[in-house]
Amino acid sequence: MTPRVFRARHAMGPPVRGLALVANDGFSARYDLDRTTGIFSRPTHKLFGESYVGKILILDTAKGGVASAWMLNEMTSRGLMPLALVLNSVNPILVQGAALADLSMLVGFDEDITAAVVSGSEVEVNPKVGELAVLR
Amino acid sequence: MSRRDPRLRSMKLNDEEQDICAGKSGPVLQEALRHQIKVGEFFGAEDFVPVTQAHIMADTESLGEAGIRWLERLASTEDRHRVCIPTMTDPRGTDFAKAAFLGQTSAMLELERRAIAAFIELGVVMTDTCINYQTIQAPTRNEHVAFGDTGVVIYSNSVCGARSNFEGGPSALAAGLTGRTPRYGFHIADTRCATLRVLVSFTPGSLNEWGALGGVIGRIAGNYWAVPVIEGMDGSPGSDQLKHFGAAMASFGSVAMFHIAGVTPESEGEALRAGLPNHRVTRDDMHALQKSYRSDDRVDVVVFSAPQLSLFELQTLAELCKGKRFAVPLLAVTSPQVKPDCDRMGFTASIENAGGTVLSGMCFYQSYAREIAEAQGWKCLATNSAKLVNILGGYGYQPTLASMEACVAAAVSGKLPR
Repeated sequence: MTPRVFRARHAMGPPVRGLALVANDGFSARYDLDRTTGIFSRPTHKLFGESYVGKILILDTAKGGVASAWMLNEMTSRGLMPLALVLNSVNPILVQGAALADLSMLVGFDEDITAAVVSGSEVEVNPKVGELAVLR
Repeated sequence: MSRRDPRLRSMKLNDEEQDICAGKSGPVLQEALRHQIKVGEFFGAEDFVPVTQAHIMADTESLGEAGIRWLERLASTEDRHRVCIPTMTDPRGTDFAKAAFLGQTSAMLELERRAIAAFIELGVVMTDTCINYQTIQAPTRNEHVAFGDTGVVIYSNSVCGARSNFEGGPSALAAGLTGRTPRYGFHIADTRCATLRVLVSFTPGSLNEWGALGGVIGRIAGNYWAVPVIEGMDGSPGSDQLKHFGAAMASFGSVAMFHIAGVTPESEGEALRAGLPNHRVTRDDMHALQKSYRSDDRVDVVVFSAPQLSLFELQTLAELCKGKRFAVPLLAVTSPQVKPDCDRMGFTASIENAGGTVLSGMCFYQSYAREIAEAQGWKCLATNSAKLVNILGGYGYQPTLASMEACVAAAVSGKLPR
């Protein structure tokens, strides 16, 4: 099967492959996560109760404050981080955090990427060419 | 965001920047500039812009052990590079004098001490405030700065007319070290133009209403690159009103700039821009946001924080506290610059004689709020800060947004008035 490929306008980090966790909701390390257990902890978040550890998170946009710039690095140091972040749009904080944590990131597609990928799909993030491939 | 092909990445570097990149100015500057280039090229920055001030958000709950070690490594390199522009700090994760009252552990305090030592070694000024535009030095129109706290950025961009992106701790420190930041986002005039028009059919009164309105508009705007121009409100809001308005807008929507027609310095002509999507916001919308956070009349703790309180907010609070006796804890958090005046004017005594506590140099949600809740048994929290209610939902609290008067009444009875 030929993988479906989506091109991102902004990219960073090394190539990774894993399972997608998808929701049309935002992302903030401080507001949305219990970083000690690796789950979404905000009751109103669409991924409430789900583990983000080792997943390729596909979400709409970055939300909230500046703490994520540190927190991604801290989560990485404890092995409780997502494998990559894929977003429709982003604020500088997540990018700065991903840069410090060396986390892969793709941002900005011609379609709503949260509607284009089904949660649980196996996907490949390749920032070198700015592509998200849905493998199965 | 501008469109950019990820394969086309190269910022223009001047001779000095090329030398820094090559390591000729030492490993600290090299690491800082390389970090900035990585971020700048992601956003398609053409080059760097000099900045005059930096403001670092770096509470140790966010840093963790990994962030502290990163700071300590930068501070202990042989070249001993220091920040080259005035560089200050956002609130810390504790008020050491009140740490026992908060139930913070010695491990938390030790992380704070290590972070402070590293920052001082790097030449950072420990201002510990998120209201530096009220208490330290407000930036001026068109002044390029590298500010951290989102409330500081949105106020500086919108009310002062200064130019800053959200600079997270590592990037703000990098800007302090290099004296520059990548030229993208709100450093560029085009990004500062309105992208949506919001017609508001009322004028908020209390600070919680200003915050709630900011939250409603933040949700409508919805992302960092949206710039609302707001029309329909009477009069000119003051600094504390705009502080709560902007902080909530940034918190709910990640918004970095707004215009209020006829009020903010870059608003001229923004409401007349062709093709802007229109939105209407009514008093009912504001009330709906406030009511969405009210699930229980019981109150375990009252918190005034996020942003830190100005001297005038503390004066108002002190008046409300006179003759009261609190049944539940009431915390009021301010900056180290305001606290001495709060003491000197007798405001601290009024608040603490009623059973409240005035804290300095910290912010409630940046101070291990989840662990404090567990240590103290606090779940139902009342505050007049829309930003705080937005944040604390993820920390296991049931926060309620109410006026300062209602919050003080709740501190007396343990229940929010109906």
